[in-house]
Amino acid sequence: MLVIGLIGLAILLPISLLAIPWFSDKASTQAGNIHTLYDVLLIVSVPMFVLVETVVIYSMWKFRMRPGDELKDGPPIHGNTRLEVMWTALPAVLILGLCGYAYGVLRSNEANKKSALTVTVTARQFAFEFTYPPVGGKTVVSPVLYLPRGRPVVFKLRSLDVIHSFFVPEFSEKLDAVPGITTTVRVTPTRAGSYPVECTELCGAGHGLMRANVQVVTPAAFQAWLAAQKGTAPPVGTPPANVINSGAYSNGNSGSGNGLPAGGGSKSGTSSSSGSGYSSRSGG
Amino acid sequence: MATAVAEPLTPRPRTRVPLPPKLRAPGWYRAAPFSVIGLGVAIGIDVGIRAAQHYHPVVSGNAIVPLALILVPLFFIVGIGCCDYWAYWAIGRRTRPEDHSTHGAYSWRDYFRVNTDHKVIGIQYTVTSFFFLLVGGLLAMLIRVQLAKPGMQFLTPEEYNGVFSVHATLLIFLFVIPVFAGLANFVLPLMIGAPDMAFPRLNALSYWLLPMGGIMMLMSFLAPGGSFASGWTAYAPLSTTMPLGQLFFTVGVQFAGFSSIFTALNFLVTIITMRAPGMSFFRMPLLVWANFSTSLLVVIATPFIASSQFFVILDRALGFHFFDAFVGAGKNGNVLMYQHVFWFYSHPAVYIMMLPGFGIISEIIATKSRKPIFGYRMMAFSLLAIVMLGFTVWAHHMFVSGMQPWIRIPMMITTAIIAIPTGIKIFSWLATLWRGVLHLDTPMLFALGFLTMFTLGGISGVMLAMIPFDIHVSQTYFIVAHIHYVLFGGSLFTIFAGVYYWFPKMTGRMLDDRLGKLHFWLTFIFFNLTFGPMHIIGIQGMPRRVAEYAAKFEAWNLFISISAFILGASTLVFLYNIVSSWRGGPRAPGNPWRALTLEWQVSSPPPVFNFDAVPTVVGGPYEYGVPGAVHGIFKPPTEAKPVAAGVGAGSDPPRQERHE
Repeated sequence: MLVIGLIGLAILLPISLLAIPWFSDKASTQAGNIHTLYDVLLIVSVPMFVLVETVVIYSMWKFRMRPGDELKDGPPIHGNTRLEVMWTALPAVLILGLCGYAYGVLRSNEANKKSALTVTVTARQFAFEFTYPPVGGKTVVSPVLYLPRGRPVVFKLRSLDVIHSFFVPEFSEKLDAVPGITTTVRVTPTRAGSYPVECTELCGAGHGLMRANVQVVTPAAFQAWLAAQKGTAPPVGTPPANVINSGAYSNGNSGSGNGLPAGGGSKSGTSSSSGSGYSSRSGG
Repeated sequence: MATAVAEPLTPRPRTRVPLPPKLRAPGWYRAAPFSVIGLGVAIGIDVGIRAAQHYHPVVSGNAIVPLALILVPLFFIVGIGCCDYWAYWAIGRRTRPEDHSTHGAYSWRDYFRVNTDHKVIGIQYTVTSFFFLLVGGLLAMLIRVQLAKPGMQFLTPEEYNGVFSVHATLLIFLFVIPVFAGLANFVLPLMIGAPDMAFPRLNALSYWLLPMGGIMMLMSFLAPGGSFASGWTAYAPLSTTMPLGQLFFTVGVQFAGFSSIFTALNFLVTIITMRAPGMSFFRMPLLVWANFSTSLLVVIATPFIASSQFFVILDRALGFHFFDAFVGAGKNGNVLMYQHVFWFYSHPAVYIMMLPGFGIISEIIATKSRKPIFGYRMMAFSLLAIVMLGFTVWAHHMFVSGMQPWIRIPMMITTAIIAIPTGIKIFSWLATLWRGVLHLDTPMLFALGFLTMFTLGGISGVMLAMIPFDIHVSQTYFIVAHIHYVLFGGSLFTIFAGVYYWFPKMTGRMLDDRLGKLHFWLTFIFFNLTFGPMHIIGIQGMPRRVAEYAAKFEAWNLFISISAFILGASTLVFLYNIVSSWRGGPRAPGNPWRALTLEWQVSSPPPVFNFDAVPTVVGGPYEYGVPGAVHGIFKPPTEAKPVAAGVGAGSDPPRQERHE
């Protein structure tokens, strides 16, 4: 049985690690860490599956009832304490080790980086809008997300109506945009290219088509693009830039902030966002 | 005015036209007009209050429907007879003497009325649930037609969102959860040597609540604006702002939830108080342990989904502000609170949908390997561990929700830890197979298929516990793959295994084993071909719950759709087998599998009151391989002598000896 298991492992592990195209291209430091995490998970999981499956298949072959054995029983084995302790303790150690590793990846991915570019993502049914920090009194709002390669980005996510989610598969980072709070997610793009931005939280009929585009370009190209944009008013309900960046709208800057805007949020005028669907109810 | 001469005071004779007996007795003839009366009451209350408060329009469909959804099913349930006895007792009238006329099935009609026999209720539950399996499965076929090619507009996006929402809701609340309740309803009292459940009338009420919820959810397709379309998770604020169809989910889930809670209460009391003499907790079959654990989960957790839906109803119908997102003008709601309350139930719900299946697998693997369950005590303790840990992991469904970031860490750890008792169970089943004599018939094949599929689902689950990876795959098709591996490859395989195993006991007929094996292999192969590739497209970034997708996912989606159609067709083999065997299959003996547990020691189907004599349990339930070992005997406790265990007969009672 050991031989069968090892053969199974020798076939499945390389296939799962190398032959199957799990991920799209990685285009951020976060994605690199997550791809590695997944490889580690495969290295742990595939042998586990091969172990279970080998025992099942081997038992089906070796211990199946032969003709004439219809009334035969198996040996009355009730347990084996040493075996049971081992198959409790070893997976526990393995699992907690994986947790520790995953925790390290999380800390690394969400660490505060210096000189981060802050982009506000405003999600509504059914489109994204990206607001850049004001430069010289001009605030750029764009339906396409331009990012400079190599510079950490802090995304502040907001929603004007229902819960949406901001996801770029090549960045391997995702976070929900929740109405009423600002959430924060950090990405450092590392590869130039054009990638899809997808909404991944069911938000209504247009959810399947709620996509945008992110263009990662060289820093020089990014500055050129930014300079060429006409400044426009931020989307209805966007707090003023100084409020967004000052942190009054979110609780703390580590990881994804979740600030209940008890007092600080109201002065930014979000209560002016009418048409959000809550204000009027026709008595029913 | 002049008074007349005093006349003798005779009471005026009362002339009352009695209602025809059919309208007075419990049953459909009474339930139909009662339902209409219920609708009238709902309209009356609603229009009355609105007129009094000068709300315009006075007659508003949006206002009447929530009240009607609650009152009409309740009036139906009273009409069909679930509450007669309690009502008479409560108002002080003489209750009808218990002549057991509502107990037992003597003709097919008994299955369509209020019946207090757990065996009848079990079959009612199981058949009703399988009806909803077929509906949910057809909706899945619609989903796969829509997704076979990008750019296909077979359904509008609103319709598509409705289809997958109803698909998931029906299969979770109207199939997996109740079918386990149904199988356990039939088997469990027999297995513990009881003549019925502790509360047979409550049992009947639990059953009838279920089709109320199911019909309501199906009717949502007729609501203006379409069916509910915010997923089975119905997150606020989408669910608080969607059209009227949403309420059919909100109220329907309550009916299904109450059905579940009453059944679980019944199981707990039955298991705790009605076990046969000699059946200690550690001599209970593992199916009983599994249902005991599941019932604990149900009674504690289900009220939380009820409350999440109550918040939604109050926000929608009465203008409450639970989930109002934008601060100001007194609206201080908290959108994320919905998710916390919802998932506090819905995570234990997935264990509610799995633990009874674990119990079924234990029964089948022991009997079909002719060996005791390896590590019985740890199997029982791991069920209890899963119950306790199951309440500590809910926020792993919310890693990307924008909640407080620190919560993610303890949730990752608890989620990882819950893999350990689950792993103990898988390893123990493998060890049970080891050196057994394996009867590889259909129930056993489904059990072995379950071991494989659930291991894969568990592996993807451990991957999902790791937060950074979950951030990448959350709300993508990787999640769809994971849930179907554990719910279809896990729960549904155990349900099929249980049906093939207990069908002879329930109907007195044997199923065709060759057709069963065909069903198994078709299901196993095409299930993997359908849901395996979803892991890949999920990691590559295809979101879930989308009617449209990017062109790069086209090839895999077509492959998945074709596999899914064949998977759907394989159900027809099962249906044909069930129908033809129930009608004319070979008669089943009392104990076709030569099992030791008590349900197999009576005829197939069992007598109306299960046991002619109360059995006494004298040993463990899985003492295969020990010559002369029995689990229960039909003698009173005073006459029951302990049975010597194998070699070394003596006067010691049989102990669980560990043969290394």
